[in-house]
Amino acid sequence: MTDVLRRVGMTLGLPIVLFAAWWFASAGSTDFFFPPLSRILDSLVEEWFGPRLAADVLPSLLRLTAGYLVAAVGSVALGVLIGTSRTVRGLLEPVLEFFRAIPPPVLVPIFMLIFGIGDGMKIIVIAFGCMWPILLNTVEGVRAVDSVLSDTARTYGITGAARLRRLVLPSASPQIFAGLRQGLSVAIILMVISELFAAENGLGFAVVQAQRSFAIAETWAGVLMLGLLGFLLALLFRVVENRQLAWYHGLRRAQRSS
Amino acid sequence: MEGKPARSTSALDRIPGGPGGTVDAGAAPDGPAPSARSGGRRIPQSVLGLLGLVGLVLLIEILPRIGVLPRRYFPPSSEIGSALLDQVGRAEFWQAVGDTLQGWALGLAIAAVAGVVLGILIGSSRLTLELTASTIEFLRPIPSVALIPIAVLLFGTDIESKLLLVVYASFWQVLIQVLYGVQDVDPVAHDTARAYGLGRWARVRYLTWPTALPYVMTGLRLAAAVALILAVTSELVIGNPGLGTLLATAQSSGAIAATYAIVVVTGILGVLVNVGFRAVERRALSWHASQRGDIPV
Repeated sequence: MTDVLRRVGMTLGLPIVLFAAWWFASAGSTDFFFPPLSRILDSLVEEWFGPRLAADVLPSLLRLTAGYLVAAVGSVALGVLIGTSRTVRGLLEPVLEFFRAIPPPVLVPIFMLIFGIGDGMKIIVIAFGCMWPILLNTVEGVRAVDSVLSDTARTYGITGAARLRRLVLPSASPQIFAGLRQGLSVAIILMVISELFAAENGLGFAVVQAQRSFAIAETWAGVLMLGLLGFLLALLFRVVENRQLAWYHGLRRAQRSS
Repeated sequence: MEGKPARSTSALDRIPGGPGGTVDAGAAPDGPAPSARSGGRRIPQSVLGLLGLVGLVLLIEILPRIGVLPRRYFPPSSEIGSALLDQVGRAEFWQAVGDTLQGWALGLAIAAVAGVVLGILIGSSRLTLELTASTIEFLRPIPSVALIPIAVLLFGTDIESKLLLVVYASFWQVLIQVLYGVQDVDPVAHDTARAYGLGRWARVRYLTWPTALPYVMTGLRLAAAVALILAVTSELVIGNPGLGTLLATAQSSGAIAATYAIVVVTGILGVLVNVGFRAVERRALSWHASQRGDIPV
């Protein structure tokens, strides 16, 4: 019991202190740029959890999901194809490294030119930006399939779809998940960036709108909302990853303790 | 860590007369696939990579010319190349590169120092580690672009707004790696150091720091890449002077080839940063097992 209490205290202690510090330090604030936290929270609840949830947060999330899913499925498929052939891998690796090195937001102006400013452009920007870490990690994971396992599978005549499902994908999955995690943070960044240039709705759009009209409390609330979203998505990702990679984490623990 | 067994298998794979090749003669009925793989006349990776890059350039040259890609939006690579040469001859291009690199370097330096110092302080005791864990887990996934409106409000287009974004994004990369590294200290070595009467500072200097160094280097490499992305993004969105603003100007004035040229420049910068930090990593860790190459066992 004391152990549980201790852990709760450890987890909540610092956040509570920081929150209280912000609350009291800003309580009587008349500084235009640093409104009291109470006003920011009011705005967060009234605006962001109110009408804006459906009007702005939802469209953003839908675009994020669409772009991310397209990138994830496409990159894993492509990565398996590239990763299994030495020659293709050698041919494409520098090209892919170059594309990964391009800061994804610089592509927004070009994509705006080509695809206009609708939802399609934003989904393409998100998908194109977050595909590189997923693709490169998949290639690396497929390349590193244990050679004994690979030969064993071949000896037993496991080929084609069964080989992919039972050998290649599971053994590459820790790497694939590492790529998916990097890809997710890139996708969130691009979700916001793509709305900063041209949009009629969305989180990024609404926050910048608030900032331009000097609605300071609402701007801060929007920033909090974005932070909360990033945190929740990371949490969701970790739940999925822990389920999918439970065998891998267990294996690592066993190896480490032996 | 996970890369190690992988590296040794691929090294084995690369030996021309390796297991695959010798077994092959007897196992001919196995099918054509393995024999084709171990044919022996493999093109080296570097040549293949170069071929790939040349192929990409050729593809971008040809596709717009024969009309597969609309030429209005996709200039052929020769046009991008000449736009690039044109840019390279201008003073404001180099000014922009300098501005971008300045924000990148300054932000990265601040993030690195803060990340390493805080990481060692927090990581040095279980209590501080447990106390800060939840806060770090909450703050880390907050996308740095969320700070753009605040940065604009507080600093406008001054360099501080760029630095805020760069430092916030790259700080976590360093901090997390340092925390992993500090926790990796061998307990026996730690107890030995204490038993020999090494003080707190000496232990940090001779035990914690060398243990954490590989992690610090990984963190720095990741942070360097993220810092460049955020520097350019901030210029593009907020309008601090730099490559990002140059790109925005080129795009809005309809200079498509120049826009692509600047995108290529940011990509080259990104590759250089990656390659450069890998080289630094190799030098700083030349004593460490992970860098000494695989000795076939």
